[in-house]
Amino acid sequence: MSEFVQQVVAGLGSGAIYGALALALVLIHRATGVINFAQGEMAMFTTYIAWTLIENHGWSYWPAFVVTLVFAFVLGLGIQRVVIAPVSNASVLTIVIMTIGLVLTFNGLASLIWSGEIRAFPSPFPNETWQLGDVSISQQDLGTFAVVAVLVTLLWAFFQLTKVGLALRASALNPEASRLVGVRVGWMLAIGWGLAAMLGAVAGMLAAPTVFLDPNMMQAILIYAFAAAVLGGIDSPFGAVAGGLLLGVGLNLIGAYVDFVGADLRLPVALLIILVVLLVRPAGLFGKPVVRRV
Amino acid sequence: MSRRSLGIAGFALAAVAVFLLPRFISDFRAQQFAYVGIYFIALLGLNLLTGITGQISLGHGAFMLIGGYTTAILISNQDPPLELAGHLFTNDMTDYWTIPIAGLVAGLAGFLFGFPALRLTGLYLALATFAVAVAAPAVVKKFDTFTGGGGGINLFDVEGRTGRSVTDPATFESTEGADVFGLHVASFNEWLYYLCWTVALVMFAAAWLLLRGRFGRSLRAVRDSELAAASSGVNLARYKTLAFGISAFYAGVAGSLLAIATTFVNPDTFPITLSIFLLVGVVVGGLGSLWPLVFGAIFIHFMQIEWAQRAEAVIPNFIPILGDIDTDLPGAPAVAFGVILILIMLAFPGGAAGLLRSLQSLAARGYGRVR
Repeated sequence: MSEFVQQVVAGLGSGAIYGALALALVLIHRATGVINFAQGEMAMFTTYIAWTLIENHGWSYWPAFVVTLVFAFVLGLGIQRVVIAPVSNASVLTIVIMTIGLVLTFNGLASLIWSGEIRAFPSPFPNETWQLGDVSISQQDLGTFAVVAVLVTLLWAFFQLTKVGLALRASALNPEASRLVGVRVGWMLAIGWGLAAMLGAVAGMLAAPTVFLDPNMMQAILIYAFAAAVLGGIDSPFGAVAGGLLLGVGLNLIGAYVDFVGADLRLPVALLIILVVLLVRPAGLFGKPVVRRV
Repeated sequence: MSRRSLGIAGFALAAVAVFLLPRFISDFRAQQFAYVGIYFIALLGLNLLTGITGQISLGHGAFMLIGGYTTAILISNQDPPLELAGHLFTNDMTDYWTIPIAGLVAGLAGFLFGFPALRLTGLYLALATFAVAVAAPAVVKKFDTFTGGGGGINLFDVEGRTGRSVTDPATFESTEGADVFGLHVASFNEWLYYLCWTVALVMFAAAWLLLRGRFGRSLRAVRDSELAAASSGVNLARYKTLAFGISAFYAGVAGSLLAIATTFVNPDTFPITLSIFLLVGVVVGGLGSLWPLVFGAIFIHFMQIEWAQRAEAVIPNFIPILGDIDTDLPGAPAVAFGVILILIMLAFPGGAAGLLRSLQSLAARGYGRVR
């Protein structure tokens, strides 16, 4: 039993990371109807920025964390304005190809600047465990979970309690009407991309201590985030986080108790989840079914 | 001349040019153009699905993987032998014959994947196919008694490899040459070139025949408006699954040729980047076009050499504008690749085919012809 609880807690740690990245995907999808295939690579790139600040410039962790978030926000904002906005009325295929172009660009840039070498990334949390009865809980996992929880709460407050948040929600819901009442929809979408990039940066920085820093570090995590977003409902922010946690715990338990899956088949399991959810319940667990008039 | 006879004449001319090309280029280039032929086949397939039928696939590398592994397993002679349901694979077949089989196996997989894909549109399909391509190598590694796992399958010294007759097994160098089907080939690379381009031309002609009639019209109708297509009597489910199947058949044949060309397969032969490159190639060639896909194939092959750093710097010779990029640095080509892709989508959404079309109409207007 204690092993089971331990696996669940460990799953919450990785699940929080999937949830953060899934939330980033959902933010963009809600606002612009786009799935950003470059979300993972952008997260990886910003994590390298944090690494540079910490390792090369001797910053301590949290200032580097905050500056990286600011950088990520500006990066996301800029990308939306320069690359995505010009094709916002084009076909889905065009936009997908644009984000694929971004994937290649960021992946290449990272290996160009920092080389493909695998690097260690510091963690703000001690590599120790707390004992609760006979359950030992890793402070890493708990810390990761806490950081994501705080950020998601802040983000929720921002969307619900501030005027910009209201404008953001309005632009996502009804761009034309928002434009009529004076919301600058284009910039709101860009801010949405900026916030998503920030969430991605958090996911990247929290994942890096365990998966290590290299240009391909986010590829698998992006697939888990896709699975989490689809599982929770691609239009539901709450669902994305819940889906991430569910997936993290679920994959951990399957990996620990189903011998056939083990550690090797985690990705195919995530794929299976994506396919099954899309086929059986496309709106996901927490999304509203989309009704389309033809 | 009618459009059709013009097409046939153009095809014949292209076939002659393809046949004569090795006489004018180095052995190394012949190998590179063999790979271009392989990508051309894969692009024809992906274009049929994405460009013509409008179904996005970010996972065609997975179908190439199926084709490549089919060929590799059928001609393999591993120690211990690969095994499936009690059958041990030891020099079972000659590589030529595995090409259509690889196509059929991949085609069947594509056809079957087409059924769940029916319920996915646009972005969701892109997502699902992307996940397939990312997950595929993990599946291959898992079933290692059948696939050789992460270590892969070495085909260099198997009896079924026809190209062996033009390769020295000790030095890996090309031998003096040999006669294959009555044609004298000077080296392994030249043999590979003829093999790939013979298949490519056949596949191209098949695609052209397939798409010019009712079938092609129906596929385009599905792309342009599913609703309108269905109301005109096009069976959406049938055409979409068929498009998936045929498209995967092409990818399987390409994967099979890739296995024959590299004489070695492992999961990394078919990474997620391969799937992405294929999409890039279709975009560069022009969505919905046929022969201009050659440009896409040339583009992705010469870029990919850089990406994987398998050969010396080719990009600066090939695209002079990029001459300043230090290609010794890892990642430089990927950046160029991504940026070019974005610029193409912003400036020339029609790719090479679109560019050719606008040049054509410009020329036509210049000559005062009414079209």
